Amino acid sequence: MASGRDDFIIAIRSAFLKKSNKQQFSLLALIIFSIFLIFLSNLNFVGIKYIKIGVNEATYRLSALVSYPEKKFSESVNFLQDYFNVYKENQILKEKIDQLNNNNLNYKYLENENKRLKEIVGDDVRTSESILSKVLIDKDGKFLKSIILNKGSKDEVKIGMVVLEKNYLVGQVIEVNYTTSRAILISDLNSNIPVVIEPGGFQSILSGTGKDYGIIKYSKDELNLVNNSFVYTSGLGGTFRAGLPIGKINNKIENLGVQFFSDLSQLSYVKIQSIGVIKE
Amino acid sequence: MVQKTSSFKNKFLKYLPLILLYFSVLNEFDIDFSNVGVLSFNLPFIIIFYWSLKDPDQIGNGLIFIAGILNDVTIGYPIGVSSFIYLTIIGFAAYLRNITLRPSIYKDSLVFLVAILFANSVNSLILSFVFSIEINFFEIIVNITFTFLLYFLFARMFNYLKPMGT
Repeated sequence: MASGRDDFIIAIRSAFLKKSNKQQFSLLALIIFSIFLIFLSNLNFVGIKYIKIGVNEATYRLSALVSYPEKKFSESVNFLQDYFNVYKENQILKEKIDQLNNNNLNYKYLENENKRLKEIVGDDVRTSESILSKVLIDKDGKFLKSIILNKGSKDEVKIGMVVLEKNYLVGQVIEVNYTTSRAILISDLNSNIPVVIEPGGFQSILSGTGKDYGIIKYSKDELNLVNNSFVYTSGLGGTFRAGLPIGKINNKIENLGVQFFSDLSQLSYVKIQSIGVIKE
Repeated sequence: MVQKTSSFKNKFLKYLPLILLYFSVLNEFDIDFSNVGVLSFNLPFIIIFYWSLKDPDQIGNGLIFIAGILNDVTIGYPIGVSSFIYLTIIGFAAYLRNITLRPSIYKDSLVFLVAILFANSVNSLILSFVFSIEINFFEIIVNITFTFLLYFLFARMFNYLKPMGT
């Protein structure tokens, strides 16, 4: 029994402390060093922050380069799929254009009326400048759903800015380096956005599911939402501007599920927007 | 000329595990096809376990540590988490190497399963308790299952490559 225990200890000691001729570091030393790094990361140690920014810059570029062939391949596959569906889509789009042209006239009238009413009641009119950015890496990891953008602090990108694709909300900037930045996607499990659901004006929270759709959570009352109700940012909490379109309710995917307007797995160019407040 | 080509080929095959490891940690998808249905697996785990078990001098511990740092940066984890996870996998492989007299793929794969279960558990614990990152456990279980099943395939491939690179 004692001999078995000794063998176990010898094997463990040999595995963690002994290093062969070609190994520069023992396993135990590296494990201790990595725990030390995790500890410093948790404390948001300033040195680690700068090292991370430096490593991020180099790694993001390298990663984009390594991923280039794979990205091009998947783009080509998508292109072929689109090509074969083009006729059918054309018919649908023609119908939609007619419908949208009609709607556009109504929206213009409502927009002007809204602006005029806001001026009367003295409300804030929010404007924002956009920074067009290319998606370098759309890493779809097991835990985090995020994208790397090719604009950073050099281009005045700041943490908390919103990321839009064709005016639809897709994420928020969570990390900024000198020439790159990382944005968490609205599909991420850690994403929670205050939203308003129209028609009805229900206030709620939209959470990511880690999949390609979101879910309505934490509403004040038991909600019974019909399919195709629109979900917009409510602007509560001040992290997002009010009225950014996100998606529509689709109870088929899950009860109170939200189908995003943007395909988050196909992002190539996005707009990063600050929310400057100008009182008119 | 023939000798030069053969020397280049040998060198390439010698460094192939290292190239594969760095390619998989830097690659956009982490050879992690989680966006193709539910199929997802972790190639770095397989590479690290296999080569630490069969030929630890092929990929140094320091290089695996750096691969972990690069993986953290690429997927947005706090620095040090992946390195720690990779090093625990090396620990399991080194322990198995020390106690094994007659290696067999079944014993190796069983220890590999324990190693990836342990590594993913520690990973989830660090991410959820230390850094308060929410985790989808279903995806992790799927990932562990496919990583375990594909170990047999990759181990066979690496068994074939190993003598060519020496």
